[in-house]
Amino acid sequence: MNERIRQLREQSLQAKPSISMERAWLLTEFYKSDICGQVSIPVQRALAFNHILKTKEICINHGELIVGERGPAPKATPTYPEVCLHSPDDLDNLNSREKIPYHINPNDKSFHEGEIIPFWRGKSIRQKIFREVTDEWKAAYEAGVFTEFMEQRSPGHTVLGDKIYKKGMLEIIADIRDSIAKLDFLKDPLALDKREELKAMEIAAQALTSFAHRYAEKLRSMLGEADSIERKDELEQMAAICERVPANAPQTFWEALQYYWFVHIGVITELNPWDSFNPGRLDQHLYPFYRKEIDSGLLTEEKARELLQAFWIKFNNQPAPPKVGVTAKESSTYTDFALINVGGMREDGSDAVNELSYLILDVIEEMRILQPSSMVQLSKKNPDQLIKRAIKIIKTGFGQPSIFNSDAIVQELVRQGKTVEDARNGGASGCVEAGAFGTESYILTGYFNLSKILELTLNNGIDPRTGKQLGLKTGNAVNFNSFEALMAAFKKQLDYFIDIKIEGNNIIERIYSRYLPAPFLSILIDDCIQNGKDYHSGGARYNTSYIQGVGLGSITDSLTAIKYNVFDEKRVSAEELLNALKDNFNNAEPIRKKLVNNTPKYGNDDDYADAIAREVFQLFFDAVDGRPNTRGGTHRINLLPTTSHVYFGSVIGAMPDGRKAYEPLSEGISPVQGADRHGPTAVLKSASKIDHIKTGGTLLNQKFTPQLLSDETGITKLAHLIRAYFRMDGHHIQFNVVTAETLRNAQREPEKYRDLIVRVAGYSDYFVDLSEQLQNEIILRTEHAEV
Amino acid sequence: MNLKSSGIIFDIKKYAIHDGPGIRTTVFFKGCPMQCWWCHNPESREINPQRTANSIIGKAMSIDEVMKEINKDAVFYDESGGGVTFSGGEPLMQSEFLLDLLQACKQAGIHTTIDTCGYADKSVIQKILPYIDLFLFDLKLIEENDHLKYTGVSNKKIHENLKSILDTGREVHIRIPIIPGITDKTNNIDAMIAYLKSLSGIHKINLLPYHKIGAHKYERLGMEFKAGNIDEPANGSMQSLKNQFEDAGFDVDIGG
Repeated sequence: MNERIRQLREQSLQAKPSISMERAWLLTEFYKSDICGQVSIPVQRALAFNHILKTKEICINHGELIVGERGPAPKATPTYPEVCLHSPDDLDNLNSREKIPYHINPNDKSFHEGEIIPFWRGKSIRQKIFREVTDEWKAAYEAGVFTEFMEQRSPGHTVLGDKIYKKGMLEIIADIRDSIAKLDFLKDPLALDKREELKAMEIAAQALTSFAHRYAEKLRSMLGEADSIERKDELEQMAAICERVPANAPQTFWEALQYYWFVHIGVITELNPWDSFNPGRLDQHLYPFYRKEIDSGLLTEEKARELLQAFWIKFNNQPAPPKVGVTAKESSTYTDFALINVGGMREDGSDAVNELSYLILDVIEEMRILQPSSMVQLSKKNPDQLIKRAIKIIKTGFGQPSIFNSDAIVQELVRQGKTVEDARNGGASGCVEAGAFGTESYILTGYFNLSKILELTLNNGIDPRTGKQLGLKTGNAVNFNSFEALMAAFKKQLDYFIDIKIEGNNIIERIYSRYLPAPFLSILIDDCIQNGKDYHSGGARYNTSYIQGVGLGSITDSLTAIKYNVFDEKRVSAEELLNALKDNFNNAEPIRKKLVNNTPKYGNDDDYADAIAREVFQLFFDAVDGRPNTRGGTHRINLLPTTSHVYFGSVIGAMPDGRKAYEPLSEGISPVQGADRHGPTAVLKSASKIDHIKTGGTLLNQKFTPQLLSDETGITKLAHLIRAYFRMDGHHIQFNVVTAETLRNAQREPEKYRDLIVRVAGYSDYFVDLSEQLQNEIILRTEHAEV
Repeated sequence: MNLKSSGIIFDIKKYAIHDGPGIRTTVFFKGCPMQCWWCHNPESREINPQRTANSIIGKAMSIDEVMKEINKDAVFYDESGGGVTFSGGEPLMQSEFLLDLLQACKQAGIHTTIDTCGYADKSVIQKILPYIDLFLFDLKLIEENDHLKYTGVSNKKIHENLKSILDTGREVHIRIPIIPGITDKTNNIDAMIAYLKSLSGIHKINLLPYHKIGAHKYERLGMEFKAGNIDEPANGSMQSLKNQFEDAGFDVDIGG
């Protein structure tokens, strides 16, 4: 990377996340104004958005090529008191906590207490939600049966399609006016609501254009201070770009990137939507601009690379909004889940890989920063060159890019009722969530603790942690006379809590629809403008609500352990097992040994355990899939955890798979840590026995040492391994290429690293199975490789 | 083919990526006719299961059981052009069982590789030949007395068998363990190159650098490790050996 990019990258890496009160204050100032009370709620929201963009500080960092910061400086992160009003304690905690802190200066803290809290007290969405949901919902939420995504952040969970590369805000405003003109006040009882929403959209579109013009003005004011003729030229060029976009459709590669970036800042300023926002299929959207300008000699590959790198840094400057409470536990990270998609297929089903796909992969490798995240969509139609290039980045060991199965994603989306074209224009966002980009609102509503359901089932609906009757009374577990009887009780508890979750979702979705429309986001996602409906009210073409199951490995292994040891082999009685769990295996190590070492486990291509994974999957699917939401769409499932498997584990006592109380659960659809003992092919076989096509995403993690990928053979065979998983309809896989540090931890705590494979010499083996001397030798080798 | 026949297997490894083309499953047979000083699988020498302090090495498995494990990864073989590799120990030591397994693999359309020291009766080689797609054929020392000293057997049979395999046109990769002070001596390398040049039909040569990885196993098994004082070869010397073989016109890789 050149010196400019190096400096910008360094600035971004060095910046400490902090809290800025700028947005909270401007928002509050607007809501206190007289005009606020005279207009409809959507128009209020649009005017508030306009007020913030019109007034906020304009930040241009030294040497920047792409401009626009959400806060007054890189990583200065706003708060969203209309969604989540932080208490003074929340701010103290954010400032001082050991993991993921956000610095706040004392003046801002007093300002928050004096000006922000008094105005928003009782009015935030978070407070509304907790007022409106049922007592059963609150009890389940507090017990850790599920989490709630929307209690601190707005729904979001969407990705931009190709709209902005074809239309400027002026054309979008023309579409909005056209939609207003078509309203039928004679026949449509909602015509007025639609007009208010559309008016709000027009204000929001105009607000973004004016915001860009403020940047143009500022850039021009900097011309005199430019430290070189070249920079002066650049500043003039940038000012011209900000005058052209987003008002007009972009004409150049640079304009396209700058346009997207203004849109991104708009979305994350309007609200704090989950998964920030995302340009999605970047190599597809930018390619026409790239091709045209490269061919005409107006752009060089080097300039395109530099612009992409400058664009990358902008993402890294915007940490996730500060999260507190359970939300911080389920998603403990600064990453805000913008996930760049590379590869995949075109709308017509053909191979979409182009030169820009590889250029973007170069940028990912060279930038090596937390945000944006990146992934490769791999279709059977894509060349092996794509996956091999991706593996060469993966082997550098920072977990990016992750690999997705395009063909599976298309099938998943088509099964849900999307057209095949909309599906092919889609991909994955956030962690692993499949979506139709530009046309779908696919909100994640919360994680669901499948293992907690089993714990409640084994305790007749009582939560052993609190002694409260939380679930149904499905009977004393000692009296289940067959595994089928246990599963029937498990199903009853599962259905009961899914109903509670869906009731809650239906309340929360309506709260957002009624009190917090998102007119700016709505102009970006089709068909909100045509429908005259907000993104939060079902305006999008497709409207999906997800419930994310957590810990398939843990729940499978626990149920398998009961079936195998209590019912089939009769090695442990139900009473013995329940007592051992109650006592956290304190006086029952021999029982725990049986459960851990001599019981079938998920992740070993063993049908005994894997059949139970399928059964649990089916029960969860049946409980959720197809249930209507409030936006004219349906509920669906996916299987991913972010960091909730740690939180969910912390509310569960000892489990029949031998896991001790409060330890983390397994993540995604990965086997329980250390339970898989037959290598990666067995893991992939087990993982592919569930029907991925019926989900909207599954997450599978694999650990590899760098030596396994040290030569061309290793890379080629990993490419084959991935292709084979995708041939079995696997949705996603990511690789953790481990370091010497991990190996040392593995030496200290071998039980947790039993699945770690290392290349020894001419063959591969489990690290923990090696002699200590050999382990030391490999650690040394690994360290050597790291140098 | 007798699906009920059984043999002694001491390990089945999935995702073996250095034992032939593609993604493979490697089946390790117990029992070996040789006693190479540097052997890194000493637990494979004895043909019967062995008890150590905390485990039993090797167990009897039927054709059915082994094929069930092999078939589990069929999708990976198909995708990668992989298959099964029979290794050991020396798979030819259990030739009836091996033959049954090979026939079962061929019936299932699975690519077969054998990793062998080549020490077996000619009749055994003739029997299995039709069912093997790739031979990974080990050669250690050309001078017969040296061979006898360091492996415990003469190399005559081995050379005869290699010739007869090559005559059928089967794909053969020669694997040469590079043991400093034993197999890497100039006279052995020169003789090896001359011998290999006298043959035709060798597809590839793998030079396998010696690793001390087996040392702890000797301790556990209470066996003497005769190569205990030998150091691993330096990268530079591996590269110069590779050049020598390449100059003689062979396709050479370092490592398996």
